[in-house]
Amino acid sequence: MELAPLLLSFQIAALATVVAAVLGIGLATLLANTRFPGRDLVDVIATAPIVLPPTVLGYYLLVALGRRSAIGHAFEAVFGSSIVFTRTGAVVAATVGALPLVVKSARAALEGVEPTLMRAARTLGAGPARAFFTVQLPLTGRGIVAALMLAFARSLGDFGITLMVAGDIPGETQTASLAIYDAIQEHRDAAALGMVLTLTTVAIAILYAVNKLTGGRDVR
Amino acid sequence: MSGETLKVSLRVTSGFALDVAFDVPPGVTVLFGPSGSGKSTTLAAIAGLVRPSSGRISIGDDVWFDSAAKTHVAVHRRRVAFVFQSLALFPHMTALQNVVYGMDRALDPTAHAARASALLERLRVPHLADRKPRTFSGGEAQRVALARALATSPRAILLDEPFSALDRELRIELISDLRDSIRELDVPVLFVTHHRQEARALGDRLVLLEGGRVQRIGKVAELVTGGHDASFDETPLDADRILDR
Repeated sequence: MELAPLLLSFQIAALATVVAAVLGIGLATLLANTRFPGRDLVDVIATAPIVLPPTVLGYYLLVALGRRSAIGHAFEAVFGSSIVFTRTGAVVAATVGALPLVVKSARAALEGVEPTLMRAARTLGAGPARAFFTVQLPLTGRGIVAALMLAFARSLGDFGITLMVAGDIPGETQTASLAIYDAIQEHRDAAALGMVLTLTTVAIAILYAVNKLTGGRDVR
Repeated sequence: MSGETLKVSLRVTSGFALDVAFDVPPGVTVLFGPSGSGKSTTLAAIAGLVRPSSGRISIGDDVWFDSAAKTHVAVHRRRVAFVFQSLALFPHMTALQNVVYGMDRALDPTAHAARASALLERLRVPHLADRKPRTFSGGEAQRVALARALATSPRAILLDEPFSALDRELRIELISDLRDSIRELDVPVLFVTHHRQEARALGDRLVLLEGGRVQRIGKVAELVTGGHDASFDETPLDADRILDR
């Protein structure tokens, strides 16, 4: 059983979940509460990672964030290391995979909150931000928690996007899903099995918890 | 702030055609009309929840909306108390937290709680302070919603059929409690109702809407006839009977 790749996977998944939470809830709020030109397009782009092959997503990310891209260049100038083929890249890859789950579930949860409640908050002197944070967001409660747990599980299991964007560098970007592949190739079956069972247990436990959370009577 | 008159003149052309103009002096003005006559849209426009196509809405010296000057004051800066038909109490907050929500946040929080308690007391529901709306009866929820509206020190109050879910006795009791609070505030109140008895018990003036236009404006006592005997008359207000007079 190899602990390092598992530990790395959990670290990357945790960071990716935080980033996906901020971006995903932000996007979901925009989609649920506002009308703007191109809204449907934003919706489609945010959801596309569910259906696009990981290699295609990886390709786009390499083009957008590679060392010769504007973003990659600026990032390297500020932080002194590149995005691609580093842990940063692994977090980006896991975030992109998890984002659609957050956007979809958070949007449904936000749209499930009775609109009159937000109107009431506004007439009681709350600006849009206060109405969102004190009324709409708290009332989505478990819906958003469930979305973030799914995002964590998805981040934990990413293989393709991570391989494309971050490579398979032991100790740096080799997450458990990549390490399992390597272990099988090298006939280290026991090492693979340990990681397989760990990832399976965590994923099943999360799905079970999500079902418990969203199956409750308070969630629409 | 008291003694101000709310002046409404607005047109809505998108979707539903509305073209109305009337003044709401301090006191209660009943807004009456068949469903689809534009009552709800009118209230929403006054509160700032809907932006009219054109017109002007002002209170005292302040302009809330003026299409010519491109003025549109945001909902949360108007200080309009709006009691929705569904009441819209926040389900995740206690009665006290609901009432405190709309109070001026510049004030000291301990003063808030004291004032909110006093309001709940006044509306005869002090025992609900620490309970959540899920446990309230219809009448109790009504009273908490009114306390929450009054707590904002509003410049105007909009009541969108807030008593429609109550039975007769509760309605009569609640209206007499509400009447005193409203008199003290001395602000314009626009009250949408279908019940003549409610209109007479609470209203001073009446604006009759039909098909998105004002059909008639006058004193409630003159416009709402019938049902003067001691028993509370349940006959809904009827536009034809008002117009026939």
